[in-house]
Amino acid sequence: MNGNDEGPVVEVERATKRFGSEFALDGVNFRLFAGEVHSLMGENGAGKSTLIKGITGALQLDSGSVRVDGREVHFATPADAQQAGIRAVYQEIDLLPNLTVAENILLGDEPRRFGGIDWRAMRARAAEILAELGLNIDPASQLSTHPLAIQQLVAIARAISSDVRVLVLDEPTSSLDLDEVAELFRVIRELKDRGVAILFISHFLDQVYEICDRITVLRNGMLVGEYLTTELLRIDLVHKMLGHDADELEARPPVGGSADHATPFLEARGLTAGRVSDINLVLGEGEVLGLAGLLGSGRTEVARALTGIDSLVSGTIVLDGTTITPGNPRRAIGLGLTYSSENRRAEGIIGELTVRENIVLALQAQRGVLRRIGLARQRELAASWIEALSIRPASAEQLAGVLSGGNQQKLLLARLLALSPRVLVLDEPTRGIDIGAKVEVQRLVRELAENGMSVVFISAELEEVLRVSARVTLLRDGRVIATHAADALTVDALLALIAQPDVD
Amino acid sequence: MSGISTNVSGFVSRLSAWILTNVPGFFSRRSAWIPVFAALAILVVMMVGAQVRFGNFLTPRLLSSLLLDNAYLMILAVGMTFVILTGGIDLSVGSVLAFTGILGARMLVEGSPVAVVIPVMIVGGSLIGLLIGVLVQFFDVQPFIASLAGLFLARGLAFVVSLSSIPVVEPSIVWLQSTRFSVGGWYITPTGIIAILVVVAAALVLGYTRFGRTIYAIGGSEQSARLMGLPVMRTRLLAYVVSGTCAGLAGVVFAASVGAYPLNGVGTELDTIAAVVIGGTLLSGGSGFVVGSMIGVLVYGTIKGIISYLGAESSWARITVGALLLTFVVVQRAIVARSTRRR
Repeated sequence: MNGNDEGPVVEVERATKRFGSEFALDGVNFRLFAGEVHSLMGENGAGKSTLIKGITGALQLDSGSVRVDGREVHFATPADAQQAGIRAVYQEIDLLPNLTVAENILLGDEPRRFGGIDWRAMRARAAEILAELGLNIDPASQLSTHPLAIQQLVAIARAISSDVRVLVLDEPTSSLDLDEVAELFRVIRELKDRGVAILFISHFLDQVYEICDRITVLRNGMLVGEYLTTELLRIDLVHKMLGHDADELEARPPVGGSADHATPFLEARGLTAGRVSDINLVLGEGEVLGLAGLLGSGRTEVARALTGIDSLVSGTIVLDGTTITPGNPRRAIGLGLTYSSENRRAEGIIGELTVRENIVLALQAQRGVLRRIGLARQRELAASWIEALSIRPASAEQLAGVLSGGNQQKLLLARLLALSPRVLVLDEPTRGIDIGAKVEVQRLVRELAENGMSVVFISAELEEVLRVSARVTLLRDGRVIATHAADALTVDALLALIAQPDVD
Repeated sequence: MSGISTNVSGFVSRLSAWILTNVPGFFSRRSAWIPVFAALAILVVMMVGAQVRFGNFLTPRLLSSLLLDNAYLMILAVGMTFVILTGGIDLSVGSVLAFTGILGARMLVEGSPVAVVIPVMIVGGSLIGLLIGVLVQFFDVQPFIASLAGLFLARGLAFVVSLSSIPVVEPSIVWLQSTRFSVGGWYITPTGIIAILVVVAAALVLGYTRFGRTIYAIGGSEQSARLMGLPVMRTRLLAYVVSGTCAGLAGVVFAASVGAYPLNGVGTELDTIAAVVIGGTLLSGGSGFVVGSMIGVLVYGTIKGIISYLGAESSWARITVGALLLTFVVVQRAIVARSTRRR
């Protein structure tokens, strides 16, 4: 079907993997041809990562076969798969920050001389590989001295350092900016021309459609189908991933109105903290205010300054008519200002605690250790929030760590909502979660606003910001550049505003 | 003392400022060496300070004895560096030194040839290291606890071998300590040569072999090292074996100089850790050098020397080492905090 006479490089048949009683993969077939870019699509929990791990030897399948070049293989470790030319680059960069760039690229396959490592040859070789990626950095520098995007490219450099036949890229673009993504795509196309089979996983549909030749869709651990990108409409793809009508995606009732804000509920005047300076914001009661801007524009810094996580250098915050100084998160929460971090694994959910414990955590902390929430009350709280936000699986005693990303996000929301806050600051609440969960979180945010909650909504996806917010404040380089009613904006208009050179 | 320490901090800050401004690319390439330079600066400042104060501190005789007196500690510090670089700790080394020392002495008294005794001492150390490594790697025991078990085991075994001290009179072992190859006023003993060879060998292994780089990799991120296909399991096991082996060898050197007593080396593991940390190795692993550990040992030795010159109580040596250690750990935390913020 793709005109390739040869068989697939990688062929997976009836792959099945169970975690406990749940099927992560249920009889999935998958093929990957040389010289193609293939995308694996599906919601979180569809089985994408399980399938990748099965191919790269990071995990053993319960049943089913993996064939490379028609020969059945059993990879016990990632090292075995690497021997066979299968390399993977993961979203969380799995490199060694304390070693040099050259070592991170070549360690395990380092040039040797007199029985030891030949450092000079290693640096030269690393520099060559980096040059292929259009990267000009000192191979002898320590990896930790470079920004994340560079580290990501170093991880890719490692993957292509040896004879790579299959390159798995799991969300490689999440920490890259537009230029870097373009650079990465150039490299991907080059590798493709060399005959490398590339498995590309991304939540960004645009990128999938830009770079991929074929798409395999998974849902709930089962194969939905394999399609040529050119023959699959986006809306159909979304349908196939969700398995139900995605009309909700389109629906967009106006929220909070663009009523005039004669009485702002929360107002920031001349906020300066860290990388942001002179930020003026107005948030009405029951309004969703979107914060948009590129990575590094100061979105998160504004959120953290508003909620007392980072201290202010100058400026004032006025809440409901009174000037407040949050100072620290605890006091901010006491004032009704809550923050949900973009980094939900590290700064949000505590995976070793149950869903119930995660929900009551902040509330208990707020009450203090002496006024313990009784177990019955905790269960009641947990049950009601699980129901209200439809957290699944709907078990309060489940460990939070095993929930999918979307459900963890809802859990985080539940924890904050249990505090009955007045202002909710959500930093990238939909990052890394599947489309279905995204829609639910968006709907939830709107419902909260309709019930009078004031929400600051931060997202890297402009379309989402526009859909959820009543007004959008645009940031660039740590400054507010404009605030507009969302109705008056389109994604293109937003992009133009963000991209335009400084007017002043 | 306070004059010295302000000198030190002023010098260090000026030095590092100079490095940062005058050598572009230096920091990104050699940032891990900065703590070693700091330790070296402290060593130089102490020695010069002592020379100014006493007038007869920097003599060949005294500097030579610095190596002689601390040869065993240097060997222990090398082994400890391997373990700490992986992010672990080995508390057993002092006891292992005592155990192998008394075991060797007893064997010699009972007539075993020295060609058997020395290998047995060294291998005895290796085996205890292996045991700790197995506990850490395969039974997932905290290194602190596993090596604490090793500490008690070795100390207990030392008492099983003998309850009282046994003099070591075997000529070939005594030769290790008493022979002095002199040039001018300088001299070096075979024990000193052994210590230097161990440092050089370890530096080469850590810098130029995959095993050595894997040691650093484990300290950086064990998970990443594993995903990169590096032999994590074998390497970590070997790190403890290296430490145990060094402790066995240190047992030989210590027995040669002091003799064998089951209570030898009580608390030495802590001196060793202090020296390694002062030498710039991060306790969290992944960053540090054996050369640094060697300098750390020399700093430790110099402090003791200065205190004895001052005629002050020897407890002041411990207090000074403690203060220095505290300073270094705080500085390390600052470095680590800065690098994690940047990531």
